[in-house]
Amino acid sequence: MKGESFLSKNISGFTHTLESVIMAEDLSKAPGLLQRLDPRVKVATFVLFIISVGLARSLWVLSIIFALVLILSFLSKISIGFFLKRILLFIPIFTAVIALPALFITPGSPLVTIASKVVITEQGARTAGLLFLRVTNSLSFGVLLILTTPWPNILVALRWFRMPSLIVDILSMTYRYIFLLLHNVNSMFLARRSRVIGSFSSGENRRWLTRTLATVMAKSQHLSGEVYLAMLSRGYQGEVRVLSDFKLKRRDILWMAFALLAIVSILLWGNRL
Amino acid sequence: MSATDSGNIFQAKNLTYSYPGNIIALRDVNFTTSPGEILALVGANGSGKSTLLKLLDGLIFPTSGELIAFNKTLSEKSLKDGAFSKEFRRKVGLVFQDPDVQLFSSTVWDEVTFGPLQLGISNKEVISRGKEVLELLNIAHLGERPPYLLSGGEKKKVSLACVLSLHPQVLLLDEPTTGLDPWSQGNLIDFLLQWANKDKCLIFSTQDLDVVEEIANRVIVMGIDHTIIADGKPDEFLSDPDFLLRTNLVHEHSHRHKELIHRHFHMHEHQHH
Repeated sequence: MKGESFLSKNISGFTHTLESVIMAEDLSKAPGLLQRLDPRVKVATFVLFIISVGLARSLWVLSIIFALVLILSFLSKISIGFFLKRILLFIPIFTAVIALPALFITPGSPLVTIASKVVITEQGARTAGLLFLRVTNSLSFGVLLILTTPWPNILVALRWFRMPSLIVDILSMTYRYIFLLLHNVNSMFLARRSRVIGSFSSGENRRWLTRTLATVMAKSQHLSGEVYLAMLSRGYQGEVRVLSDFKLKRRDILWMAFALLAIVSILLWGNRL
Repeated sequence: MSATDSGNIFQAKNLTYSYPGNIIALRDVNFTTSPGEILALVGANGSGKSTLLKLLDGLIFPTSGELIAFNKTLSEKSLKDGAFSKEFRRKVGLVFQDPDVQLFSSTVWDEVTFGPLQLGISNKEVISRGKEVLELLNIAHLGERPPYLLSGGEKKKVSLACVLSLHPQVLLLDEPTTGLDPWSQGNLIDFLLQWANKDKCLIFSTQDLDVVEEIANRVIVMGIDHTIIADGKPDEFLSDPDFLLRTNLVHEHSHRHKELIHRHFHMHEHQHH
């Protein structure tokens, strides 16, 4: 039943993905600090935060920024545990490949010696720590933005910043139809499961999976053609026009002032080792 | 552009359409439609009803023959004329059979405002129309929802709302009652009866002869050879069991009650218990 358990894991994985996104939709409407801000202000300040984090070289400053992120998460009604789980899932993917070797190959004064042969240098530890904190902070700002802003509002903000319409439309439709296709895949897994009594070899499972993916791809191609016709039918002529009725409020101005102060401080203090 | 010059909205002359691979979908189709008509397109699966609706909406174009809409030939070339294209898209709206094809925006509100916005209608008017159609179909509470969180019935209502916000003169509906529970089906029929008037034209495809009987004042029956095999008033055909049987709109079902063999007609979508 090894193969079946692999497929079962996939089914629950797909379902879990759907559920977690739906849960994130709820969070983005919670009455928290960041949820109340204008999405354009949030996108702009968070991008600036991410850039300043990338320029900072002080471990202390980077640690303080992470503490700030956790406070913002708390004030935005996002439980710290849930938030950490979200970012810790991705950090190894982005850092392990670069940060781990840096521990051992960066020349400098020895910090720890393992089995009297492998040496971790002070400079290596610093480099790895710096990389880890930069990635953690950048990712945290990204996740915080997505968790506290409904996806359509992020798209409106991107349009407002003159991001090419084609890119925004592709992002919008990908997000919209990925759920439909995930549902399709989920149903196909369940339909197969309902007709299986015994178990298949892992080879047979792989073949079935390949066929399923091909079917989903063909379906998505057909769907894209039909969606295009539906857009044409309602007057689409190559560029989507949208309504944008966001207005800046006092709290947005206050947040901008705070964010700019914080960003300038990061730039000033972040380069002091 | 008006329907009054010739009295017709659409005029199909020897319309033939083939899909790639020379798969015939429509063969030598001739008919005209006028304001005030509620026209039902009925026919077995694959007889070309959906293809005909897409042709009438100017989404695909005939392989041979001619389709005239509002006294102008409907072709790729004529729809490149911005003014005609805009006016045509404003006057004719198509509700697709699969709501997931039609609901491509991030929220229901974006969906109902999409059409009017693309046609260059002012923001104020777009907002007013958006609110109006949501109220009209009792779905104002769904405005902020993303389409993937809607039920099947809600999706159908939103699909209709996003076309009604164009204030079309001609409403094309592809199998509008498919997948709806009897209550929602009844509501939809009531709504369509209220919507139709002497200036408007409603054309819908269906396999549900009860719906035809309830709302249509004209029926076109498509044959499995992709031609029109009958065109007239509903009671001319619906009361003729031989005709319905011959055109695959019902099937004769026989079963045994003890020693007695009982024969009666069934429509395609009904199941016998």
